[in-house]
Amino acid sequence: MRGQDGTDAATRASTPVAFSVEQLAEVHRLQGLYPDRRAALLPVLHLAQETFGYVSLEVEAYVAALFDLTPAHVHEVVTFYTLFFRAPKGRHIVAVCHNLSCHLAGAPMIVAHLRRRLGIDVGETTDDGRVTLQSVECLCACEHAPMMQVDDRYEFGLTPEKVDRILEGLR
Amino acid sequence: MTAEKILTRNFARADSHTLKAYLETGGYTAWQKAQTLPPAEITEEVKQSNLRGLGGAGFPTGTKWSFIPKSHGGPVYLVINADEGEPGTFKDRYLLERDPHAVIEGMLIAARAIRSATGFVYVRGEYVEPYRRFATAVSEAYDAGYLGKGFDVVVHRGAGAYICGEETGLISSLEGKKGWPKLKPPFPAIKGAFGAPTIVNNVETICHVPHIIARGAAWFAALGTKTQGGTRMYSVSGRVTRPGVYEASVAITLRQLVYDLAGGVTGNGRLKAVVPGGSSAAILRGDEIDVTMDVDGLRNAGTMAGSAGVIVMDETVSIPEALMVVARFYAHESCGQCTPCRESTGWIYKMVRRIVEGRGRKDDLDTILDVARRGAGTTICAFYDGAVGPYVSYIEKFRAEFEALIPR
Repeated sequence: MRGQDGTDAATRASTPVAFSVEQLAEVHRLQGLYPDRRAALLPVLHLAQETFGYVSLEVEAYVAALFDLTPAHVHEVVTFYTLFFRAPKGRHIVAVCHNLSCHLAGAPMIVAHLRRRLGIDVGETTDDGRVTLQSVECLCACEHAPMMQVDDRYEFGLTPEKVDRILEGLR
Repeated sequence: MTAEKILTRNFARADSHTLKAYLETGGYTAWQKAQTLPPAEITEEVKQSNLRGLGGAGFPTGTKWSFIPKSHGGPVYLVINADEGEPGTFKDRYLLERDPHAVIEGMLIAARAIRSATGFVYVRGEYVEPYRRFATAVSEAYDAGYLGKGFDVVVHRGAGAYICGEETGLISSLEGKKGWPKLKPPFPAIKGAFGAPTIVNNVETICHVPHIIARGAAWFAALGTKTQGGTRMYSVSGRVTRPGVYEASVAITLRQLVYDLAGGVTGNGRLKAVVPGGSSAAILRGDEIDVTMDVDGLRNAGTMAGSAGVIVMDETVSIPEALMVVARFYAHESCGQCTPCRESTGWIYKMVRRIVEGRGRKDDLDTILDVARRGAGTTICAFYDGAVGPYVSYIEKFRAEFEALIPR
């Protein structure tokens, strides 16, 4: 099992940190959308994470150079937000809302079920790299509590059975 | 009391998010009308309508617009706050997904009023589908010539941080920084995004603007109370029969909302408490729900309308456990800039948690109240005051329940 703060030297060393020509054109397009090109930092970091899997220190330095910023500034930004991963993550992110409405609807039971099924704790990734499990603050879909986000999708009205079906669909 | 549907009138249509559907239901006609009006007249109309910000603060929208300096020669920005994150709130998600062109039309009109050529829409990072829906609508609006002729819209994705819903934190984040709120004054209308005069409006607020221009301030004002016009979208969740979004007048009572619209209380069926305006609003006991949901009505009841996220709890709900969940949220989301907030949110969460786990100390409740009150009003933004609302109200109104968990 790999904790969220764990590092994976092999993965890091084997991933070349450079955007393609097309991606660099996209970076310039994004920078041109704002009065100050630095404002494109979050969009470019999203692009970097999609491309490199997570935002390593090397990725931070690479992105910093694209903006003429210090790596320290980019690090400060990356560490402020919850959607940027600083260590390798699973192929799928399963993020269960644990805020009030979901809590009232049984979120703790859903989290417990997922921990059992996946054999990992919250914040960890399965050994096969398939799933990273998270417990997160309000995703603003309280009318469908308990709910969770699986990658880009919201999954509503969870039951242990529904969770099992969703997990089966994750490869 | 349920009034006419305005913001949600097209939600039942499967294609409500498309330009075609929007045009078929009268879309962009208010923008046509607005183009014939002088900017100052648009602002005056919105002022007269008594539209108040629906993101949380409840500030009069037209008044906010009028703060943009008249003599300003440089750029002015319009920023739409779609960083919905207040626990218990989910209305803006519906608007982005089901009526994105209403947001764009509202922006066009607001931009004319404040003389802005560029708008930014800041969508919370987790809202991937709403972001795509909205970005598609923006492309449609460019293709149809509504955008790109004097007004451009940039759709911007956040990256996960509740504090970015605070307007100056949002501006910091939009500028490519961590989302730290800024000291006011200067207010964003004077010095906002990229150092320029900026108006930040909530998604739902801006969606009302086309209707106000099309049908008049008097019509809109008459839908609400003396000090707040219109309808709003209530997000109702927790222990109710029919959780969901309900559009109704701002003058509806909390009782009507819970019983008539949301179908009443589930669990054991007996109402224990309601959070009326998102988790930062002080909690109300079950016998305190004969209040109107407008900004001033709830303020007079000692709580706030906030984002109109209504969370219902029946008698089987443990209030200390609910406060633990809420306190965990504020501890996690404090941005860390101001000492009272950074330190107190973590400390209070620890104390509430040990009480719930049966390890509370006999002076913990008084310590929480003391720590909470000392920090109130001492921080750069309203986040900590929003946390103090639940800390103090949950304990004051349900103190015996907390005391019962503390070993003697």
